[in-house]
Parts: sequence; structure tokens; C-alpha cells
Amino acid sequence: MRWRPTIERAWQRFGDGDETAVAQSHGDRIFGRVNAGLMLVFLASTLYPFIYILSVSISSGAAVTSGKVVFWPSEITLAAYGQVLADQKFWIAYANTFFYAIAGTAMSLALIVPGAYALAKARLKGRRVFNFLIAVTLWFHAGLIPFFLNVRDLGLLDSRFGIVVAFACNAFNVILMRNAFEQVPAAYEESARLDGADDFKSFWFVAVPLALPTITTVALLALVTRWNGYFWSMVLLFDENKVPLQVYLKKVIVDLRADDAMAAKLATADYSFETMTAAVIVVSLLPILLLYPWLLRIFTKGMMIGGVKE
Amino acid sequence: MRSSPALIDVVGQLRQLAGAAHARTGNFRQAIRQDWQLYVLLAPLMLWFAVFLYAPMGGLVIAFKDYSLFKGAAGSSWIGLENFAALIGDEQFHRAVINTLALGLLSLIFGFPVPIVLAVMFNEIRHSGFRRVAQTIAYLPHFISVVIIAGLVVAMLSPSNGVVNVVRSAMGLEKVYFLTVPEYFRTIYIGSGIWKEAGFDSIVYLAAIAGINPALFEAARIDGASRLNIIRYITLPALVPTILVLLLIKVGHLIEVGFEYIVLLYQPATYATSDVIATYIYRAGLQNSDYGLAAAAGLFNALVALVLVWGANALSRRYSSAGLW
Repeated sequence: MRWRPTIERAWQRFGDGDETAVAQSHGDRIFGRVNAGLMLVFLASTLYPFIYILSVSISSGAAVTSGKVVFWPSEITLAAYGQVLADQKFWIAYANTFFYAIAGTAMSLALIVPGAYALAKARLKGRRVFNFLIAVTLWFHAGLIPFFLNVRDLGLLDSRFGIVVAFACNAFNVILMRNAFEQVPAAYEESARLDGADDFKSFWFVAVPLALPTITTVALLALVTRWNGYFWSMVLLFDENKVPLQVYLKKVIVDLRADDAMAAKLATADYSFETMTAAVIVVSLLPILLLYPWLLRIFTKGMMIGGVKE
Repeated sequence: MRSSPALIDVVGQLRQLAGAAHARTGNFRQAIRQDWQLYVLLAPLMLWFAVFLYAPMGGLVIAFKDYSLFKGAAGSSWIGLENFAALIGDEQFHRAVINTLALGLLSLIFGFPVPIVLAVMFNEIRHSGFRRVAQTIAYLPHFISVVIIAGLVVAMLSPSNGVVNVVRSAMGLEKVYFLTVPEYFRTIYIGSGIWKEAGFDSIVYLAAIAGINPALFEAARIDGASRLNIIRYITLPALVPTILVLLLIKVGHLIEVGFEYIVLLYQPATYATSDVIATYIYRAGLQNSDYGLAAAAGLFNALVALVLVWGANALSRRYSSAGLW
């Protein structure tokens, strides 16, 4: 098949694949190509919104307003980024998000990892009761209002510490972690015990290193949830200097949209409300995109651990 | 990531608890003396669950009270089922219940098959490089916050210069402000939901396909089966158990619509289709400070959700001899 033109060969490989153990029938080759074609359409529709928003963010306000941006940017300028990056509130929100993501994840690990270790020990008396109490919360929550009133009664409204601690745990992560500790072979800890290790030492020096892959998974789950969460920060924080990026974004994207007078005032030939919104979106996407390859590896592994048992 | 109920045997635990109750008399004190370090490790976690998840359950009593911020949950006076009566008489609440069911059902009908189809499509790509790139792209939207998704939706559907309206006006059609038209809300919500999650949700099915004995495919190929027939007679039948389990999980979570996402996209003009129970609770409680009414609606919501999950599990027990958890 070396005589085929390159494009045709690539197309054939995408469609038919590089397994040539059994010669494919005509119908199968068509199927493979239709499948590859449909997949390309699906991927294009997945990527298109990102490309569009990137194009809008680096186009001039005038070009966007006159409807010139559909795929490629037009009249390229970084004016919108200049506006966004000059806004002090944006940087405060960005810094807050880093704080909540890191402190929140640390808090999650500090509570979940030791607790799950104890719950994994068969000799822990009352273990079934504790496990049951945790599992119940998978199916029954008091709901929005009682949770809110509880946070208020604890004096944690408008408090950074409140945000860090109130969302630190959930049953799913505890169970994931507990299952991982249950997989640690008992022989390791027994030999540590013979060498004189107590529960604290055996937890820290034996179990934690062996359960590290799952600890990483739980940490990343917490990290991504923190990075992306907006709702409770919006409800529980009043001080603009404390809100994370997602709440800032929500204000820019959703609340300003309703205010056309504001949008008109913002617009110049270089940048407009639309291009600035697009720039904010691109800038807040960056950390997730940078972490994505690593996230993907850990998450797909996590999905397999937590996946459906048959 | 949606929590997977597959991990815990709650019913089994309940039975064991009942059985073990009488055997567990007294020697707790000795256990604590012996294993105090374990209890030290466990205490912060259990304390957290008590303070942040169990204490609010006590707060649910305000659903039966005329709640006043100044008197607190304990001091407010009991009014029995008055809050529930008010809900039943409120047409906005009826609308919210209907919208919740409609969004849940339509998401299930349109959203559920997509990851299955995608998984089969991924599996049929033989070129490993293309396949890896395709999966990497498909999983990406899952990791992006709903605020940004809402931002993308708003930008693309913008009435003045969003791409959809730019294309419409180029085709000679008039511009439409989609987000203010009730008839479009469900399509926008469900469509963007599929765009965000379908790729990532296909992972579970891909894992199931990976578990199929390769000898089956090999034998079929040698016998001259076409690729379509292999999908029909080997891949899909092998996926049936996974499909059933996930379908039951989805039915169990039917009324848990993406409330945080809806809050970003809905507006008073579209309440006719977009206002769901959770957003009703949010407005009644956090925006209008009608805490008693909102707590009653929340309790209603939680109980219906619980019944659905138990029902789904009972069905699963009956037909597959194994519960979902």
C-alpha cells in the first residue's frame, strides 16, 4: 500500500487501524471510516467553544461587536487581557482561590486520611456504627437551609476558615480512602508492630506510604472541587476581598450580563464587555489546562477504583 | 465526580448492627484503653461529620416551626404541617416539582445513551494515537467549572454578537435572545450538560469493554463477522450489566438536577421551565429568608430522593440478585 498518497494513508489508518492480522472486508473499512469521521465531528464540537472563546478574547471589541468572530480571531489585540489583569479584584480573587484550594485540600487530608485508617481496622470497636453513620450521608442530607443556618450558628459566615473547614469531607472520599487502607497487607504492619511501632507510627510510616496513590486521588478530587466550586462561597462570603475566582467570574459573566448600561460603558474599539469576559474565562482556565494531563491520569485511575462493582 | 454508591453495603451493615447490638455490651471502655490511638486518629473525622452533617439534620425541625431568626430553631413556635400546607398550595412549588421531574427525565432520555455510543466509538478506533488524543479531548470539559461552562453558553448565545446569532443573521434569520425564552431552556441545559459530561462518563463503559475476553472478538473476526455485527453481538451484550446498574443509579438520582448550574443560567423570564425544587428552596430560604418554608421543601426533596434511591436498589436486587451497594 506504499503507493497510496499520504492523506489517503492517514485516513485509512485512522479508520481501519493498524491491526492487519485479518484482512478487512469492504463494509468494515467503510464502517471504520464513518466511525472515525463521526468521532472527528464530536471532537470538533467539544473543542469549538474553547477555540471560540480564545478567539473572542484576542480580537478587538469592534470586530466582535460587528460579528466578525466566528472561528478565527479578527484584529488581534491583547487589550482585553490588559483590562482584566489590571483589575485588582481579579488578582485578589485568584489568590483567594489558591488559598482555598490548598488550605481546603490540606484540611480534607488531615481529617480523612487518619480517620479512614482507623475505620479500616477490624479491631476498632464501634467500627460498624461509625461506618454506617458516614454512609448514611451519601443518601440523606439535611439540605441547603439547615446547613446554612448551622454554619451561621457556628459563627462561620463570611469566614475564610469556615469555607476551608465546612466542606472538607464527604462520605465518598472517606470510603475511597478506607478501602485503600483495607488493601494494605496486614503483614507490613505486623512486622512494624514487632519492631515496637504503635498505631501512630504504623499509620504514618507504614500505611500512609503504601496508600499514597489513593491519597493523591483524594487530594486531587478535593483540589478540583475547590478550584471549581462557587455556590457556597457565593452564599457564605460577603466581603469582596474573600471571594474566590469562581465567584468573581460569576459576577462578571452572569450578573453584569443583565446590566447592559454597564456593558456599553465598558466598550471601546479595542475591548468590549464580551472580549473581557472571554479573557477572564481563558485566564481562569489556564491552571486546570496545565494540570490536565496529570489530573487525567489520576482521575481515570480513580474512576476504575470507584467504578461500578458487579 | 458523582459518588458511586457501589462501594458500601448499607443494608448489610444495618442488619449486622441489629444482630450485633446485644453482643456489644460494656467492654467499650477496655477497647478505648487498648486502642486509644486509633480513636484519636478517628475523632476529628467523626466530630466533623457530627458538626457539619448531623447537626443540620436536627435543624430540620424548623420545617415544622414558624422559624424566627431571633428566637432560633429551639425557641420558635411549632406550627405542625403548616409549612407543608403552604407548599402544597403554592403554584410556584408545583411548577418547580414538574420542572425538576421534566429536566431529570429528559436528561436521562437524551443524556444516558451518549456515553455508551461514545465508548463503543472509542473502542472501534484502531489507531492508538488517534484514540488517545480523542479520549484526552473528550474528557476535558468534565474538569471545567460550571461557572465557566455557563460563561461559554452565555457568550455563544449572546443576543448581540454571540456566534449562534451571528450565524443566524448571516443566514437571514432574526436574532434570538435564547436565554430569555422558556422553550429553549431545557435544550440549552441538557445539551450543555451532555457536552460537559458525556465524554468522561464513557470511561466506565470503556472499562467494561476492556473486561471482555479478547478471545471472543478474535473468534468472531476469524469467523468473518463484520465489525457492526461484533458490536451488536459481543460488545453491546457485554455492556448490558453495566448499563443496567448505571441506569438504576441515574434513576435513583433523577431529581438531583444540576442546581448550581441552573442558578447560573436561569432568570425570571424562564422560570416557567427552569425553576426547579432546589432553586425554589434557594430563593425562598436564602433570598427571601422564608427559612421554615424552604426547609420544608428541602425535606420533601430529600425524602423523595431517598425513596427513589431505595426503589432503584430494590429493583436492582430483584433483577440482578445484587444491590447497587
